[in-house]
Amino acid sequence: MSLPAELVRIREHVEAVARSVGLDFFDTVFEMVDYELMNEIASFGGFPSRYPHWRYGMEYEQMSKGYRYGLQKIYELVINNDPCYAYLLDVNNTLDQKMVMAHVYGHSDFFKNNYWFSKTNRRMLDEMANHSTRVQRYSDQNGQDEVEAFLDACHSIEDLIDPHSAFFPNRAITADETTADGIEPPRLAAKDYMDPFINPEEFLASQRERLKKEKEQSNGRIPAEPVRDILLFLIQYAPLRDWEQDILSMIREESYYFAPQGQTKIMNEGWATFWHSKIMTEYCLEDSELIDYADHHSGTVATQPGRLNPYKMGLDLFRDIEYRWNRGRFGQEYEACDNLTEKREWNRDLGLGLEKIFEVRKIHNDVTFIDTFLTEEFCREHKLFVFAFDEKKGQHEIQSRDFEAVKKQLLFSLTNMGRPFIFVEDANFDNRGELLLAHRHEGLDLHAGHAGATLRSVHRFWRRPVRLRTLRDGKCVILTFDGKDMSEESCDRPVQEEMFGKTDE
Amino acid sequence: MLRIRRDHTRFKKIVRGSIKKHLKQYITKGELIGRQGKKFVSIPIPQIEIPRFHFGDNGSGGVGQGDGEEGEAVTPEAGDAEGQHILEVEVSLDELAKIMGEELELPNIEPRGKMEIENVRDRYTSIRKTGPESLRQFKRTYAAALKRQIASGSYDKDNPVIVPIREDRRYRSWKTVEEPESNAAVIYMMDVSGSMGDEQKEIVRLESFWIDTWLRSQYKNIETRYIIHDAVAREVDRETFYHTRESGGTKISSAYELCQAMIKRDYPVSEWNIYPFHFSDGDNWGGGDTDLAIDLLKKKLIPAANQFSYGQVKSLYGTGQFVKDLREKVEEEPKLVLSEISSKEEIYQSIKEFLKSGR
Repeated sequence: MSLPAELVRIREHVEAVARSVGLDFFDTVFEMVDYELMNEIASFGGFPSRYPHWRYGMEYEQMSKGYRYGLQKIYELVINNDPCYAYLLDVNNTLDQKMVMAHVYGHSDFFKNNYWFSKTNRRMLDEMANHSTRVQRYSDQNGQDEVEAFLDACHSIEDLIDPHSAFFPNRAITADETTADGIEPPRLAAKDYMDPFINPEEFLASQRERLKKEKEQSNGRIPAEPVRDILLFLIQYAPLRDWEQDILSMIREESYYFAPQGQTKIMNEGWATFWHSKIMTEYCLEDSELIDYADHHSGTVATQPGRLNPYKMGLDLFRDIEYRWNRGRFGQEYEACDNLTEKREWNRDLGLGLEKIFEVRKIHNDVTFIDTFLTEEFCREHKLFVFAFDEKKGQHEIQSRDFEAVKKQLLFSLTNMGRPFIFVEDANFDNRGELLLAHRHEGLDLHAGHAGATLRSVHRFWRRPVRLRTLRDGKCVILTFDGKDMSEESCDRPVQEEMFGKTDE
Repeated sequence: MLRIRRDHTRFKKIVRGSIKKHLKQYITKGELIGRQGKKFVSIPIPQIEIPRFHFGDNGSGGVGQGDGEEGEAVTPEAGDAEGQHILEVEVSLDELAKIMGEELELPNIEPRGKMEIENVRDRYTSIRKTGPESLRQFKRTYAAALKRQIASGSYDKDNPVIVPIREDRRYRSWKTVEEPESNAAVIYMMDVSGSMGDEQKEIVRLESFWIDTWLRSQYKNIETRYIIHDAVAREVDRETFYHTRESGGTKISSAYELCQAMIKRDYPVSEWNIYPFHFSDGDNWGGGDTDLAIDLLKKKLIPAANQFSYGQVKSLYGTGQFVKDLREKVEEEPKLVLSEISSKEEIYQSIKEFLKSGR
């Protein structure tokens, strides 16, 4: 449903303000929906239609119950698409709608300008509808149960992608292609007379030596080096029927589309909250709306004791950056200053704050954002802490307020969206066409039961025994699913090698 | 129609499937579920979790925000430890009976041939020009008035005053719908002699509850009657049926006699579907009574009933002779169904035996 006249007027105003403060967004289309439709769209991950699968029904069950019992309410939904689509809940009051609009323009600006979103499909709305049609057709052809079971297996491994690979479009997975005699390292382009200097012979020789050694090691192995984009690997190498291959490609495409949203949760919400706050308090708020606005906004940034709210974390960090760059509290001179009074009073009146945060929203993701801008002062002021589970007492308790510890834990939980790194290591394990996956262990063991169940899903694609090498309690083990039974054997690889994997060499 | 309905229905179907798998467990807890007067039962279903590679329990730490000393507990919901997600699914007893029917492969019961018109209902489905003021339909009345005023040219769009007159009035009107119905009477008989212990009664109670639930899903009108007997039989209410413990000897014929009289008096065979169930430990008194009981069964009860069900509960003391006698002396009677139940776990199977024929 399109907007009523009053909201159209408000939208025009908010949009004009958003533009005037420097936001640069896609055209944004607002739709007004009732709660049922809102729940439906939210269950579909923000889209008006998705391929048929019970998972969305489960989401819907939870969402509609949550709404019915008054536990949760979705205020806004916005899709990264050009034009950007956003949904407003029809029962919200005018102030809420205004605030949601301001928030949405923040998101829309972020989608358009943040580098990590630059490779996402901006026609995803259409694409999702296409996927829906295609899956529906395969369902009609092959039977719902079969297609659904295949989708179950796909969902089980849908996060096994390499979010960075979108930025290296040409890095295909291939067997080692250099032929026996043709081991030739790439040369940099240079004019004849410069060539000996730009591509010195001794360097080329050492490279040749290296390549030869690598080739001997890999011995024509597929993949030549461990592959993180397991979905792509399966699409290329697993014995799939046409429709299976097509569905797996769709799942992979959707995973890549959603990945940047996981990579920038704190930033994206922080950015939108920063701007709705600024737009509302400085431009759009009427006197009579102030209390309601304050109530709603504080709800958005409220922290439950001991939980991190990405809206608040992001908002506070952006404000901190703005403050620091306005006063010149950065750089060598500031860092080196050990006069505490001077440091506290530090103000160079640079006024670079706004410019800086626009730059930050362009190039960072959550990991680099926290790594670069989380400071000890911020950590102390906002009372961040690390908690852990105490087995003896059977409760979660505060472990440390140390800055380094907080930062490390935070970065760890954000890296790869808090999921383990899994690679395809060998597609012809033991020369029997078995698939070997490897978990790059970084301190935490895998959930054993789920790892086994996930291996079963992988077997659905590979149709030959599949294995997973990981560490458990500091020992190297290989889990195997051969199509009938799960088994586990220890493996005598040195633990150290397992910790960091081959890829980091 | 929302698109999500498709997925939602599918999800519910899967959940029902998981209820099916655990049905036995609900049946042995039947008493808990079927509390009187409660129409819905909440059945917790673990959320269907899609397996993925993820970190195990030792990864349940994280970063939080707020006050507190090191070593102080943070509120239990802190941390993203993946607990078991529980979804509560509401299932009505009717639906549970349906699921039970599917799982036990129970056939729908074919009611006895008579399609007597038992029920007459009024449905308000149409409009007419006369009727009581209490049934006046305002919208239609004003629409008719508007039509008339426009047609007669008395409608002024700048001053749209519409006044209905007598002829404009419209009233809601009903149709009488006749709904054929069939009736069922279920007569539970239980041996409460000294050899029937609490455990045996528990089995009888659970089994009769589920049978009742199933039959209720099949018939709109159902009457249940309860008879207990030791050496003499008497009719009791539901409460007494389940809780009495007498300690006499056993004369099965006394119960059959009473049952037969009850049918004769209250449930004319031509109009009622009759389901007698008899539970006993099979330890009947001296030879003469067994013959008498079997005679009653053959001549009176079986011909009147849709099906006569005899469930023999295993007891520590009894000989369990009665079921053997029945097998021996009643030949090839499809309307007589026998089942032996030695423990709670066998209730499930026994229900199936009783109800599989769909008579």
